[in-house]
Amino acid sequence: MYEPGMMESIYRLEKTRSMRMKQEISLLSSEEKYDLLHKFHPDYKKGTLRELKVGPNKGEKVIQEIANLFEAHSQIDPNNFDISEIDYDVDVLVIGGGGAGASASLTAKENKTNVLLATKLRLGDSNTMMAQGGIQAADKPNDSPPLHYLDVVGGGGFSNTPELVNALVRDAPEAIIWLEELGVMFDKENDGKMITIHGGGTSRKRMHSARDYTGGEIMKNLRDEVKNRNIEVIEFSPAIELLTDNGKCTGAILYNLETDEYVVVRAKTTILATGGAGRLHVQDFPTSNHYGATADGLVIAYRAGSPVIFMDNIQYHPTGAAYPEQIVGLLVTEKCRGLGAQLVNNDGNRFIYELETRDVESAAIIKECVHRDRGIKTLTGMQGVWLDTPMIDIIHGKDTIQKKLPAMYRQYQRFDIDMSKEPLLVYPTQHFQNGGIVVNEKAETKVINLYGAGEVEGGVHGRNRLMGNSLLECIVFGRRAGKNAALKAKENEHGKLTLNHIVKYHMELKAANIDVDKMSPVLLPDYRRKETIARMIDI
Amino acid sequence: MSKEKKMIPIYVTGKKYLVPYGLTIMKAMEYAGYRYIRGCGCRGGFCGGCGTVYRFKDDYKLQSGLACQTIAEENMYLVQIPFFPANKAEYDLDELKPAGGTLLKLYPELARCVSCNTCTKVCPQDIEVMDYMQAALKGDITNAADISFDCIMCGLCAARCPAEIVQYNIAILCRRLYGKNIAPKAEHVRTRAAEISDGKFDTELKTLMNADKETLKKMYIERDIEPEENKR
Repeated sequence: MYEPGMMESIYRLEKTRSMRMKQEISLLSSEEKYDLLHKFHPDYKKGTLRELKVGPNKGEKVIQEIANLFEAHSQIDPNNFDISEIDYDVDVLVIGGGGAGASASLTAKENKTNVLLATKLRLGDSNTMMAQGGIQAADKPNDSPPLHYLDVVGGGGFSNTPELVNALVRDAPEAIIWLEELGVMFDKENDGKMITIHGGGTSRKRMHSARDYTGGEIMKNLRDEVKNRNIEVIEFSPAIELLTDNGKCTGAILYNLETDEYVVVRAKTTILATGGAGRLHVQDFPTSNHYGATADGLVIAYRAGSPVIFMDNIQYHPTGAAYPEQIVGLLVTEKCRGLGAQLVNNDGNRFIYELETRDVESAAIIKECVHRDRGIKTLTGMQGVWLDTPMIDIIHGKDTIQKKLPAMYRQYQRFDIDMSKEPLLVYPTQHFQNGGIVVNEKAETKVINLYGAGEVEGGVHGRNRLMGNSLLECIVFGRRAGKNAALKAKENEHGKLTLNHIVKYHMELKAANIDVDKMSPVLLPDYRRKETIARMIDI
Repeated sequence: MSKEKKMIPIYVTGKKYLVPYGLTIMKAMEYAGYRYIRGCGCRGGFCGGCGTVYRFKDDYKLQSGLACQTIAEENMYLVQIPFFPANKAEYDLDELKPAGGTLLKLYPELARCVSCNTCTKVCPQDIEVMDYMQAALKGDITNAADISFDCIMCGLCAARCPAEIVQYNIAILCRRLYGKNIAPKAEHVRTRAAEISDGKFDTELKTLMNADKETLKKMYIERDIEPEENKR
């Protein structure tokens, strides 16, 4: 149900629809893109970045909200912390229970190691579960891994780490087969051929999907398999620090969120698969991310000596929900645009070709709303532009939305909006951490015995990820991390467990005059009202 | 609409709180002062982590929904179900046959379904749960997989089932059996994977990896783009 003012705007949109359906808008030139991004993308706004005073990337600029976590103290006092009693003694510790963590633990187990998976919320609570649109792989006759490569680096601003992109596109078909063999119900033709569509920035239709529950379908299969393979899982137990022995990772300290106890894990190798940072709400943007996306892994790896890359930017997904208020920030899948839905301003006009890369689309929407005042405002003060979803059924036939976008359709139906008849109001939402900890093609970080996979690592996507490459990256690098960590664990002896790296990091903080009250990782966001928090007492 | 938000009473585990009208149950609980550990996952209706049961004052009817997707209403008495102890069979998918016998062997309680339809009524995804259970009972794995596809495994069906069946675990088994054994295989993906391991793209990829930024830029701009062809 839309507000009356919005209905008038929808009327204008409907009037221009037949004209718009014939209208061709060409792709922007490199110069036009550069101009649009530098003027309107949030990453380029003054005050977004800050120079780090401590750690492996000292002197480099990163997003303020990330700097706040890096320039903070450990939740524990390393000089008064008893780690003499080991609670779990394993070959491979996997931290994180999303797509990358589950893939890593399955692969480590396959390679005959003793695996422990620890995760902050439940197994499967992750951004993987929420990914709707699809997973890329160059497996059609008119496509090739080199074409996929070119799309990845073009989308990433030609800054991506070549070895990582090579690994991503090379392993992609194999990853799809692995998932198919696990039982993932991909959308297929009757002869088994994958139904694939375009995503923003793709030169070939290589987006594979499972209706619009692609990530959910993948995650549910992975979770079921982790349970079948008897992998020990500890839920509601995030890692709050890594353990080290002369710079090598030897395990981690977990924190049981329900009993407030800590748990000591000794591991021959450790895989970080802790996901992204959406719940930090960079520049107060809403987010499409799950509840636990607070960059914990990034923080503890940085303290242990792992440098980060491309943490000077964030991916805003161009089409987050801007209305109704209850679902602000949630994702409206890019698949809608892939299926032909157009972006339309308050006057009923298009303003950008819909399948530019996400950074360009976001900048164009922000320009339209904030700088040109052609957005549609809601009574709660949000604004956005229309995503003309009824076009999907007009182009592809009646009930396409219900068949191909059941999750989206249901989401809006819950709030009395029929997206096959009415457009959706959208505005960019904080979506993805393009950068992360530095890894190589074996998923090794710069800290010996520590691996990284999934959103926590950086380099694959450069400064902007394309749709469908994050699910792919989770599977490809999850499996690479699982395999390599298992092989290494078989050669390794256990190391000593110390918190020396924290002692050293705290000294650096002190030398840089950083306030001791700030602590990280933050583990969970806090959405209580400040009035409530002000009246809390600690008994 | 006036600027003043209308405040409504809700009862969280029996305790009264005044919250602004229009919030989801999840946001209303946070407004009331709760900070979630359990009972909150994706906040977007995908993870099944926030199953909630509620009832209105003076109404016998027990209702349910996802806390992140359901609006808190006046005089709602609610509680979230943080965890449901569900029976999950362990199996090696490679060794299973996609047949009804497999389902009954792993989940014999499936035969206890009395077709009461409580599962369908309780499903926050509006899935015809009973229909897929009946399909499963008949060994029609294809249909069970198709009907249950949107299941988010929140556990509300299992919590209400008088026959103590865990519908969603049977559903994921059906979907995996279908995806692995019944759905036709994508041969073109296997062909491509074989080409890759045979080294067909090695030279081209190596060239790209070693190319400088300007060369890549030029190649990127000049690459041809597969036409949409979905525009009528």
